[in-house]
Amino acid sequence: MRFWSWSRLLAMVRKEFIQMKRDRMTFAMMVGIPIIQLALFGFAINADPKHLPTAVVSAENTAYTRSLVAALRATDYFDVRATPAREEDAWQLLERGKVQFVLAIPPDFTRRLLRGEHPPVLLEADASDPAATSNALAVLEPLARGALRHDLAGPLAGRGAAPPPFEWRVHRRYNPEGITQYNIVPGLMGVILTMTMIMMTALGVTRELERGTMENLLSMPLSALEIMIGKILPYVLIGYVQVLVILAASFWVFGVPMVGSAWLLLACVLVFIVANLTLGITFSSVARNQTQAMQMSFFFLLPSILLSGFMFPFRGMPAWAQWIGEALPLTHFLRLVRGIMLKGYGVTDIWPQLWPLLLFIAVVLAVGLKRFRRTLD
Amino acid sequence: MTGLAIEVRGLAKSFGPKQVVKGLDLSVRRGEIFGFLGPNGSGKTTSIRMICGLLTPDAGSGQCLGYDLRSQSAQIKREVGYMTQRFSFYEDLSIRENLEFVASVYGVKEARAVVDEALRNLGLERRQKQLAGALSGGWKQRMALAACLLHNPQLLLLDEPTAGVDPGARRDFWAEIHALAARGITVLVSTHYMDEAERCHRLAYIAAGQLLAQGTPLELVANSRLATWTVGGGDLQVLQRELLALPQAEQVVPFGNQLHVSGSDAAALEQALQPWMNDPRRQWRRDEPRLEDVFIHLMKHAGDNAP
Repeated sequence: MRFWSWSRLLAMVRKEFIQMKRDRMTFAMMVGIPIIQLALFGFAINADPKHLPTAVVSAENTAYTRSLVAALRATDYFDVRATPAREEDAWQLLERGKVQFVLAIPPDFTRRLLRGEHPPVLLEADASDPAATSNALAVLEPLARGALRHDLAGPLAGRGAAPPPFEWRVHRRYNPEGITQYNIVPGLMGVILTMTMIMMTALGVTRELERGTMENLLSMPLSALEIMIGKILPYVLIGYVQVLVILAASFWVFGVPMVGSAWLLLACVLVFIVANLTLGITFSSVARNQTQAMQMSFFFLLPSILLSGFMFPFRGMPAWAQWIGEALPLTHFLRLVRGIMLKGYGVTDIWPQLWPLLLFIAVVLAVGLKRFRRTLD
Repeated sequence: MTGLAIEVRGLAKSFGPKQVVKGLDLSVRRGEIFGFLGPNGSGKTTSIRMICGLLTPDAGSGQCLGYDLRSQSAQIKREVGYMTQRFSFYEDLSIRENLEFVASVYGVKEARAVVDEALRNLGLERRQKQLAGALSGGWKQRMALAACLLHNPQLLLLDEPTAGVDPGARRDFWAEIHALAARGITVLVSTHYMDEAERCHRLAYIAAGQLLAQGTPLELVANSRLATWTVGGGDLQVLQRELLALPQAEQVVPFGNQLHVSGSDAAALEQALQPWMNDPRRQWRRDEPRLEDVFIHLMKHAGDNAP
């Protein structure tokens, strides 16, 4: 026998291609994934987010304050979405994550400006994700010098010279030092849970089907629901162990604060874990073998990491990508975990992120149970 | 309580466009060993799955241990031990862990003691901590049988239990089956082995999802109306080719150093064989047809009207 034969090699290669072609899902994934990823992430990811929602609380309405807001808008970084009358309302918008910035112009701004007193203007930023705000905050200094140049003409021209006519007071809320870990470590909790929970359940059920043990289970007096819940419960426990490890590390190793209630966070974790487990079960009822279950888990994991606001600022993405992001459980969980740990979300604050998770569970569970039943008969 | 452990009428099941079981009628008496035979893909496994409540029949009705097949599958599952064709216990669990799992799922009282006894009966007490995956084929099958018996079922459904098992283990297995039947347990067993078919009290033969024959092994042979001659001597391959050309010789099958020649019309076959019977080198003998001859005959005729 010769050591090397082209025809033998060719036979092997041909066999691999035939098998690849038979496993349609793998084939589709291999061809489809790069295309989808290119389209999705190439266009969606933007590390320099612009048009960030901003609330303006202006105690007065003069040509100068209007010019200031207009100049802010002209930078493209700030989009004025709300003009609440009271600062408290604006803070709530900031806390709920409806706006990224609050601009507060004090009542005697114009008077003091004209007197040359360099009045302060307050800009509060939601700095829980430092990456989302840093570029926007960088344009503030040059803006202070140029914004009122046209208004401060003629006899007032001296007011526009250096030092700038007004002074920025920037408050980085929730993460005053702009520490990236404050954002990443709580987020990692969501990513790790997504990865392990979906994959473990998807593989767990597919393994029973692949090894033929499912038939034995079903021939015994176990109901489909008992099998499903029995498979899920251990992973809920494992999920909690992961969460506790991450929380301990984030507290003691990374020094991430826990402003809100840890118990509330643990309750939200349960909802998130269940959302991922139901998805895992549904994947397993669609996948025909463990490889496919694995591929589907990865297929879901990538957008979860890239489009949820974990890695790149959510507001930097185009609207369509944000819609995809809104459909992912991780997006909402990230807001919950960052909200509770950094902003001190209470029970009343979590609902806007909680109901999408519950809706996700309901829809996925309905699909999963329907498909699961079909695999039996 | 009727004298029938299983009684089904007109059972049918399709998977997509493929009709796997077509109107199957079956009656299995309590306490008998009932052999379920048929070629691969004839619908044996599907029928067994319908009987134990794993699959819902498309049509037909029946009872199993007095419970309705359609509406009382939960009760049926509790009273039936089903041994799947493929080893379907956890290979990454130890023998004891597997048995304990099964015992708890069935809610067996004093599960520990029951498992202890099962391990003792199996002779696996010393290996109870070994992973089930490490067992050889014969032992796996014995373990599976023991697991099916933990909850004291009245009916055992065994789907090709001895596939890939050596003759010694097979003989032990069948001794166990007969012991169980003597205790009043009904056994429905599907098999491809003719020697196993002969060990059953009664048999059913199905092909292409339809019942072709039912009865004791002797009845099946008698009812087949098949006439068989055996012939020995040299050059059997040449002889086989020559005889196969005869329309009267429906089957010409080599068995060791002999050929079995069978046909449904004894007189016609004998006449057709006359030229070869006169050959002094060969020893011809009129014989009883074997079960295998009968089944192949049944299958060929079923094939005539199969699609």
